[in-house]
Amino acid sequence: MPGSSHGSAHADTLPAKMRAATGESVFNCYQCGKCTAGCPLAQEMDYAPNQIVRLLQLGFPELEEEALKAFSIWLCLTCETCGARCPKEVDLPRIMEYLRQESLRRGLVHPKAKDILAFHEAFLDTIRRNGRLHEVGLISQYKLKTLHLLQDVLSAPALLLRGKLKLLPHKIEGQDAISRIFERTTDHKEE
Amino acid sequence: MKVGFFPGCSLEGSSREYNESLLAIAPALGLELAEVPDWNCCGATAAHSLNHKLALALPARILALAERAGITELLVPCSACFSRLAATREQLTRDDALRGEIARIIELPFTARTKVLNVLEVLALCVKDGFAQQVRRPFAHKVACYYGCYLTRPKSIGTCARAEDPQEMDEMMKLVGAEPLDWAFKVECCGAGLSVSRTSSVAELSGRIVADAAARGAEAIIVACPMCHTNLDLRRSAIERHRQAKYALPVLYLSQVIGLALGLGERELGLHRHAVPVRLASPAPAGGEPAARPTATVSQEQEN
Ligand code: SF4
Ligand code: SF4
Repeated sequence: MPGSSHGSAHADTLPAKMRAATGESVFNCYQCGKCTAGCPLAQEMDYAPNQIVRLLQLGFPELEEEALKAFSIWLCLTCETCGARCPKEVDLPRIMEYLRQESLRRGLVHPKAKDILAFHEAFLDTIRRNGRLHEVGLISQYKLKTLHLLQDVLSAPALLLRGKLKLLPHKIEGQDAISRIFERTTDHKEE
Repeated sequence: MKVGFFPGCSLEGSSREYNESLLAIAPALGLELAEVPDWNCCGATAAHSLNHKLALALPARILALAERAGITELLVPCSACFSRLAATREQLTRDDALRGEIARIIELPFTARTKVLNVLEVLALCVKDGFAQQVRRPFAHKVACYYGCYLTRPKSIGTCARAEDPQEMDEMMKLVGAEPLDWAFKVECCGAGLSVSRTSSVAELSGRIVADAAARGAEAIIVACPMCHTNLDLRRSAIERHRQAKYALPVLYLSQVIGLALGLGERELGLHRHAVPVRLASPAPAGGEPAARPTATVSQEQEN
């Protein structure tokens, strides 16, 4: 096994920081695998949900980093199936959320997750600018970020045909307040 | 019954027929909806994925605006928005310090007292007495009621009595004359927010749902969530390509089904806005030709 910092929750380990931030402890998990059995995307993941927890239980920084680099944390749909079925009431969706944000902050996002991340970022960009989602704006932002310029990502012709796409965004009155909400809640990446 | 109303972004755009059908059935149900003034997006999966504080602050602003407008109960028809608002309220009710911090961030007083209700809860309250007499055209079809994730999970906000085999929508469908089927994918995930960024996963997950409903003889899938509708309806051609099979099975919002049973018109309920055409065997609702049982007529205007 790599590393030498064997042992449990020192204050600077990822599980300890996670516990401080979310109240969730990976040490409640006894590796029964029920989360993975019900996870709709376990088959597409590099580490199954229970394995993500396992990586964090062992006390090796290298393995913690492996969890932060996992594709799984980006694939997770927050469908809440694992959380609902865990006999130990581990809130795995909350753990996945924490890991995504930590992965982003430390610049460890899995390369295969770039489209997923680009979509989330494009989505938030349109909210920051308009206060509400503007689907046409979202699509063009996403295409620019991913360079999927020709892909019809949202079945736009089908939507247009059915009167479902608005070409211009609706800006809400509280737009400035929304921008300030974004400023005040945005973490700054590690230097 | 008068409640506050937070339609959410999808109901203004790609799922406008959900909004149209809700507004169309409201008067018959004695439901008066007061829209939250100047509401914003709840942040959806994106904020929830990337930024925990933002994912609390955006829903909190909506709840604070509702509170200021004197709204004590708020209908949130989109299950995904419902989940974000209800989870935010739940977390900020438990944590006074965090609630204070969020109130400063959103620049609004906020007590989290406005109750968040999903569409099943509100409709259950409305259809109590004498509803059976209002049913003009029973929706006499076999239906697969699809709840997805957020009407049942997590436990802290889910409102269905049985999380793994909920019955609330099934009961509602019986009231309008439908025959809800027993099937295996009621609460499985449709692929949700990966619709655009990883359509292949959505084709797999939503494909399993459509295939099981079809195999059990369902004539329609009934949903209460714009994201589920998008994945099961608009993404149908991706599903068909992925599974190498055709599925004619339409996907209806439960408000559309109630509207049809109340005798409202197909256009009024936005049935023409679906990607998969809604053609049901008679005794079908008004309009349209007396179509045969739904067969392989699937719209080809999707993704090309
Ligand atoms: S279901 Fe809970 S206890 Fe079992 S492996 Fe998953 S997280 Fe651990
Ligand atoms: S919340 Fe994420 S990890 Fe849990 S079952 Fe759903 S997709 Fe899998």
